[in-house]
This record gives sequence, structure tokens and C-alpha cells, in this order.
Amino acid sequence: MGAPVSLEMLCLLGSPLLGGAVLALFGHRRYAAELNVAFSAFTLLAAASLVVRIVADGPLTDWNEQFFVDSLNVFLVALTAFVATTTALFSRPYMRIERDHGRVTDAGMRLYHCMYQLFTFAMLLVLTTNNLGVMWVAMEAATFTTVMLVALYRTHASLEAAWKYFILCGVGIAQALMGTILVYFAAEKALGAGAGTLLWTHLDAVKDQLEPTVLSIAFVFLLIGYGTKVGLVPLHNWLPDAHAEGPTPVSAVLSGLLLNVALYALVRCKVITDGALERPFASALLMGFGLASVAVAALFLSRQRDIKRMFAYSSIEHMGLITFAFGMGGPVASFAGLLHMTMHSLTKSAIFFAVGHASQKAGTQVMDEIRGLIRVNPTVGWGLMLGTVAILGMPPFGVFASEFLILTTAIAQHPWATPILLLSLGIAFASIFGKVQPMVFGETTARRLPHPPALIPVFTHLALVLVLGLYMPRYLADWYRMAAKLIG
Amino acid sequence: MLALHFAPLLAKYGPQLINLLAAGLLLLSFAMLTQRRILSLINLFAMQGFVLFLSTALVAWLTWQPHLFVSAALTLALKVIALPWILHRLIRRLNVKWDVETLLNIPSTMLVGIVLVILAFNLALPISNLAGTVTRATLGIALASVLLSFLMMITRSKAVPQVIGFLAMENGLFFAATGAVYGMPMVIEFGVALDVLVGALILGIFLFEIRERFDTVDTRHLERLKEER
Repeated sequence: MGAPVSLEMLCLLGSPLLGGAVLALFGHRRYAAELNVAFSAFTLLAAASLVVRIVADGPLTDWNEQFFVDSLNVFLVALTAFVATTTALFSRPYMRIERDHGRVTDAGMRLYHCMYQLFTFAMLLVLTTNNLGVMWVAMEAATFTTVMLVALYRTHASLEAAWKYFILCGVGIAQALMGTILVYFAAEKALGAGAGTLLWTHLDAVKDQLEPTVLSIAFVFLLIGYGTKVGLVPLHNWLPDAHAEGPTPVSAVLSGLLLNVALYALVRCKVITDGALERPFASALLMGFGLASVAVAALFLSRQRDIKRMFAYSSIEHMGLITFAFGMGGPVASFAGLLHMTMHSLTKSAIFFAVGHASQKAGTQVMDEIRGLIRVNPTVGWGLMLGTVAILGMPPFGVFASEFLILTTAIAQHPWATPILLLSLGIAFASIFGKVQPMVFGETTARRLPHPPALIPVFTHLALVLVLGLYMPRYLADWYRMAAKLIG
Repeated sequence: MLALHFAPLLAKYGPQLINLLAAGLLLLSFAMLTQRRILSLINLFAMQGFVLFLSTALVAWLTWQPHLFVSAALTLALKVIALPWILHRLIRRLNVKWDVETLLNIPSTMLVGIVLVILAFNLALPISNLAGTVTRATLGIALASVLLSFLMMITRSKAVPQVIGFLAMENGLFFAATGAVYGMPMVIEFGVALDVLVGALILGIFLFEIRERFDTVDTRHLERLKEER
């Protein structure tokens, strides 16, 4: 108590914040991309040391309890820092190519690098803060930074996507603030007024004394608010546009990280709500929204012509699946949900890396006009193909393991949901595979790029997904199990 | 001397006065819903901010919560002075037309608004029964004005009224926070206020970009991104 903030936390949050400030000044220079990678790598280092510390000492509260890290969020911190670093590596050549094509100006590059770091900061703050109010503020900040990133190209379509994103998520997140106010209202009865009342650890300690009626209303508001950012189905409209019109590295971090972070916020609120209510109210809502997302996204997949839009719908589908898993609850389903979060994050960002270079080569994002990638650049082609096979849940990859666990739990606990899930996964498979196959094989339309593409991130991610699908180390499984226990 | 006479009166009629201000807030929300001219809309927004400031200051006085005074000052600075000023400058620089077109005619909008108010009161009833604050009756009104601002965002086709709707929604949320729990903790109020300010600035920059691209700030032109039919 009263001790200054620990070194790991300081580096973890300080590095992207400092990075944002530095890159706001030098983001247009030639070395800016390297600087961006360096800051991200340093953040990753801090995250790694935080993981080591949590594994050794257990949960950590820091800076007068303002920060709280346990096995649930430390794994997301590590994942966020890792994907942020690989995406920075990928964006180095990608954004150079975009600049050579004249799509981004100097000011745009400065904005891009600055916002990239600030976005990382906002996400890490959402993950590590112990205060539900600060969580809301950080989530709103994450929205603002990504709005700027989506609008980077200043084209008609990107401005429209950003405006839609801003208005929808702004309205959505305002509902989450209402929910937070109501949680505070309920907590005030048990804990008294004051700054400590919204601390998650305090709420968790008294969750069975909280007023059930208020918390059930609060959870509905929180679900609408944070659910908009997760991209759950009736609230998903912003997601495909924002993914398709922003720069590809931004699509990768939106899909791979932001959706996870929003879902994390929702899960934290669910834990409190479950504690206060006797009946499985929050779980039922999560299952319903999750199932609807899986089904609707699968149906929309077959109608897409834009490749980034299609994979955005695939993200909605997978987030729906994870939400459904958390809704089912129990050790196996929560374990599977967390595993699927990791697998989806790694695979989807790898796909977006490959898609980014593929569409740069073809000069378009329209799938019918991208053909024969494998002839011009076998690595991009194979990266896209393997990534697609992985995300569709083919056996050797890790996505198969998590989807299998979710499905078997559903069969055991909620048999009525199984046909919907299986049918949706089947439709998704047919739509995505049928569209990606001719893009990779077939007659070529691609051209050469002025800079060599960054393919190390693609294959690093895919290799990780493959390895985790074949063999999961004991300590990692224990870790997931521990985190799953926290979700309940 | 005057203050000494004034204080017991205020203590006696304070709660009623807060309810009166709450009613004023709701009335202003309806006025914004029906207002056709953009300048008047901004003025109404500033007035709503002022009512919010008055009620926050009154609650602060009645309950003697020092952090609520800060919150009231923040409301005055941000929502009565800064944001309306930014909006005024914005419409002058953008040179937008004065009239606001609505997607739904005004009488129907009013009817939908009334339904929303009833809904909000029903939703808030179980919560305000539990509240121990002097201001508990206002929670329903706060929720109603959030929903009315939401309705305003939906029914307007121009970007600037949508932004005002967004900001008015934040007003309703602040009012809910004062009404139900005597305001959120200080850190969070500052955080929210900062977010609102940054959000308004970004939206302002956006409006310029949109106008440069499309020569209009009518968001009906922002409807190209759709699913293929």
C-alpha cells in the first residue's frame, strides 16, 4: 500500500505513452517505423516480465490498488503486447509501400505512428486498470485513437466508415457509462461512496451483497455498450466498414486486439453480475448474443466481395463463438473461450498481414480481381491459404482444438444450440474457402511491390497457432485453467 | 446577510428545486428534439448545460459534497462555455445552412419521445425506490433525456445536430450520476469530461474533412458503404 508503482507496470504503460509523444513529433521521419517497432518491443518486454512476476507471485495490485493484474488479464496483456509488436513489424514495409503509392502524406504518417502507440496504451490501460470507471474512459480513448486510424486515408469511404464507427461506438459506449453509474449506485450501498467503490477487487469481494435488480439493469447497459465494441450482432454495423476502409495493420489490431479487450471488459462485469444474481441472467444474455453473432455473420460471409470485409465478418463470427463459450461458463467452456481468444487473435492478424500484401500486389481489395497469388509470391499465397485453413478450424491448427472444446461442451450442456453452431461453421467454411481458393491459385493479376513484404509476422503467428494445436505446454494449460476459474 | 436568510429557505425547498430543474432539463430535451434551426439548437444545448450546472451546484450545496462543486464548475466550463463556443465557431466556419432537416416529421418524433419517457420512468422506478439520495426522483428524467438525445441523433440527417445529440446524451448521463449517486468519483468525472472534449474536437475536425470531400455535411451522403444486394 502506498508504494510507488512497480517497474513492470511503469514500463508497460509508460512505453506506449512515451512512444505516442515521441512519434507525434518524429512520426514522419524515415526511421519512425523502426522507432514504432522499438517502442512496441519494449512494451512486449515489460509485458513478459510482468507475466514472469504474476506466475511467480500470483495476482498483483499496484499503485494504491488502481491497477490489478491476475492470471486472466496478464495473458491478454501478453497477447496484446505481442500482436502489437508483430503488427508494428508488419506495418513497417506496409506503410512504406502505401506512402510510395501516395495514399498517405507526411502528416498522415505522423498521425498513424502516434495513434498506433496511444491505441496500444489505451488497450493496456483497459486491461490492467482495477477501476471500472477508468476502464470506461480508456475504452473511449481506444475508440478515438482507432477512429483517427480508420480515417487515415481521407477517402470518401474511409471518412464514412470512421464517422459510422464514431457515432455507433460513441452511442454504444455512452450506454456503458450508464451501466457503470448503476454499478456504482449498487456498490455504494455495500461499500460507501468514494473513489474505492468502483475498484473491481472491492466489488468482487462484496458481489453477493449487491442489489440484484440494479445489477441486472446495469449489465444490460454494459452489454449494449461494450458489446458494440465486441461487434455482437445487432450492434455490429460499424465493424466491417472500419475493418475494410482503414489501413491493414489497423484492421489486424482491431480484429486481433480491440475486440478481445472489449470482451474482457464485458467478462469482468459478468463476474460481478453473476455474483450478485441467483439466476444465470448474464450468462443467458451472453449466450444469446453470441449465438446470434455466429449465425448472422456466417450468413453475411457468402455475400462479401471485399476481402477485408469478409474477414471482418469472420471476426464477428469468432467473437460470437467466444462470447457463447463464456456464456456457457464452467471450467471447460471458459478454458475453450480463452484459448479461442488467443488463437483467433494470432490467426486473424496473420491473415490480415497476408491480405494486406495481397491487396497491395493486386492493387484492389475486391476478391474477384485478386488471382493467382501463389505464382507471383508463393509466401504471400501460402500465408493467406494457411491462415484461412487455420481460421476455418482445420485439425492441425489450434483453432480446431478450441472450437472442438466449445462444440463438445455445447453438445453436453445446451444441445439445442449445437445445430445452429455446426451449420454456421459449415456455411462459413464453404463461403470463405470457396473465395480464397481461386485468389491463391488460378491465373495471376498481381504486380511487384516497391518494398519487400514483411512475412515473418505471418508465419510466426501461424507457427504458434500450429504448435499450440499440436502440443500445449503443461504450464500454459494450467494458466488457462486458472484464468478460466476466475471467469466461472 | 441575504445569504443567511437564503440558506434555510434553500435547505427547505432544495429538493423541490432540484425536481424543478430536472423538469426543466426534460423540457429542454424535448425542445431540442423539435428545434429546426441549428443556432437555436446550440443555444438550447448550452441552456441544458446551464440547468445541469445549477442542479449539480444545488445538490453539492444541499449535501455538502466538495467534489460535486468541482464537478459543477467543470460542467459550467465545458458544457456551458467551451462546447457551445466550439459549435458556434464550427457552424460559422462550415457555413452550414440554418435549417435542420428531420427524417421523421416533428409531431411523430414528439410522440415517440413521449413513449420513450414513459419507458424510462418505468425502467428507473425500481432503482429510484432503492436510492437514498435527496435527488432520487430525477433518475427517471435523466434516463429519459438520454433516450431523447438518442432519438435526436437517429432522426437528424445533418452531422452537426448528430454531434449535439451525442453531447446532450452525455449531459443526461452526468445528470443521472448526480441524481442517483451524488456524482461519480472525481478521477472518473475528469476522465469523462476529457473524453467528451477530445471527442467533440475530433468530430469537429471530421466535419471539415467530410465537407471538403463532399461539399456538404449531410450524412445522407455517407451511405455508400452497404451490403451488396
